[in-house]
Amino acid sequence: MSDLRELYQEVIVDHNRKPRNFRENAAATRKVEGYNPLCGDKLTLFLQLEDGVIKDVSFVGTGCAILVASASLMTEALKGKTEAQAKAVFEDFHNLVTGDTGDPMASADQLGKLAIFAGVREFPTRVKCATLAWHTLQAALKDDAQVVSTE
Amino acid sequence: MSQRANDPMAAARPESGAPDYDVERIRRDFPILHQEVRGHPLVYLDNAATTQKPSPVIDAVKAYYERDNANIHRGVHTLSERATRAYEDARVKVQHFVNAADPGEIVFVRGATEAINLVAHSYGRTHIGAGDEIILTQMEHHSNIVPWQLLCEQTGARLKVVPVNDAGELLLEEFEKLLGPRTKLVAVSHMSNALGTINPVERIIAMAHAFHVPVLLDGAQAVSHLEVDVQRLDCDFYAFSGHKVYGPTGIGVLYAKRDLLDAMPPYQGGGDMISRVTFDETAYSKVPQKFEAGTPNIAGAVGLGAALDYVGGVGLARIQAYEQKVLAYACDAVGQAPGVRLVGTAGQRASVLSFVIEGVHPHDIGTILDSEGVAIRAGHHCAMPLMDRFGVPATARASFGIYNTCDEVDTLVKAMHKIKEIFG
Repeated sequence: MSDLRELYQEVIVDHNRKPRNFRENAAATRKVEGYNPLCGDKLTLFLQLEDGVIKDVSFVGTGCAILVASASLMTEALKGKTEAQAKAVFEDFHNLVTGDTGDPMASADQLGKLAIFAGVREFPTRVKCATLAWHTLQAALKDDAQVVSTE
Repeated sequence: MSQRANDPMAAARPESGAPDYDVERIRRDFPILHQEVRGHPLVYLDNAATTQKPSPVIDAVKAYYERDNANIHRGVHTLSERATRAYEDARVKVQHFVNAADPGEIVFVRGATEAINLVAHSYGRTHIGAGDEIILTQMEHHSNIVPWQLLCEQTGARLKVVPVNDAGELLLEEFEKLLGPRTKLVAVSHMSNALGTINPVERIIAMAHAFHVPVLLDGAQAVSHLEVDVQRLDCDFYAFSGHKVYGPTGIGVLYAKRDLLDAMPPYQGGGDMISRVTFDETAYSKVPQKFEAGTPNIAGAVGLGAALDYVGGVGLARIQAYEQKVLAYACDAVGQAPGVRLVGTAGQRASVLSFVIEGVHPHDIGTILDSEGVAIRAGHHCAMPLMDRFGVPATARASFGIYNTCDEVDTLVKAMHKIKEIFG
């Protein structure tokens, strides 16, 4: 049960129930879709970049609590960040949930509120849920319009 | 629990020690069931995806590799004779299991998917052309949709789809309207993997045959839950997978009527399917070898034979009666849980309980239940058109087999309380 509580922390449950920045944005400069066909998880990310700064980022879509909460918290964390800063947050978040590129706890220190996703690492089948929004963001930053998948 | 026990309408609870069905004895035959997952005894309720294997199946595969392994059909040495006999004995076991008239009507393939692809390639390309129609249903697994779409792309044929009602039952009057002179094949699941619906296949076959249209039944789900008699059904093709009937993965069966098989061209070319090869021409073997190019999954066939012996030993009539009671008990117990909506409530169904919970995605249900040792499936169950029909992206699915008990249903329901604890 403790692993499960680590995964479904109250903040995650709250952001699933009331996702922030859950809307379309007609002024978005980039719009990219993320889709995990095996799950059916789906989101569309709206990124509004102005002079290399994320002026607005929002999303719509359907999926599990981990996907929705991670997209919601991501949008909160990235508003006002530069592209370079956003890429750095992506790297830290990815390492936090996979441990692929270094000590996840070091990443956690960098991530602040987003560190609550550390529990995902104990659930390998759910890493793809936590990272879909982030990979979609990465594609948007690269201006790659192809549909993103983490499966 | 006590509430239900006092409810005269509650489904009867089959006792584990019932004289006609000793589930504890069956459970002892399945080594994998006796383990803990995340600190809890495993409750395996993902049988529609794959079933576990009893010791006789595991032992048969092991014994084959330890004692008899050799290539089949051409060897003159003793091991090859033994391997050939083991493989062909397995074919006869399958023949008897589905009551085919002749072992030549049993083609070993990798699974139901390959069986359907074989029919689409071999029968489809020779009998189905531009403007012809293939009738499927809204509840098909992708494996009984995509091979036909590929065939349509290649030939210009078209798919027609029989819709289902809100309970998940086929609308036979719509099927009747779709049947016509352009219909060249009907392909329908015997039992739905996502909803558990048992389709009225006898009627479907009779209706199709009135138009001289052959019928393929996808029996992947049905074969472990229902008695299958291909002669009584009078189906033209029947496809199933070994791993869903307590046998190994990578082995499956295509049954086809002998006259159809005889007339069909080979599906793949290679060794074991020819009688004579020159660079000018090749003469093919007779059925079923004509459709079994290359060295087959011999150990898989042996394991499947052992699985069918095992299921036959328990008896499908008894299995069906027992599983129906467990399903009724589960529908009652899960259906009463707060916020739960059952998806698929057909009058005729077996061993599958699909559900959604208001405000909780099925993947979260799956993860939370897993933390209590309960294995269910969450997703679209390879039946996306059916999910669209019911307006859900996915469902949670508990599916039962010969070794599941009402105690396990109780564990499932108890584990579901955790969902409410977390999601409120």
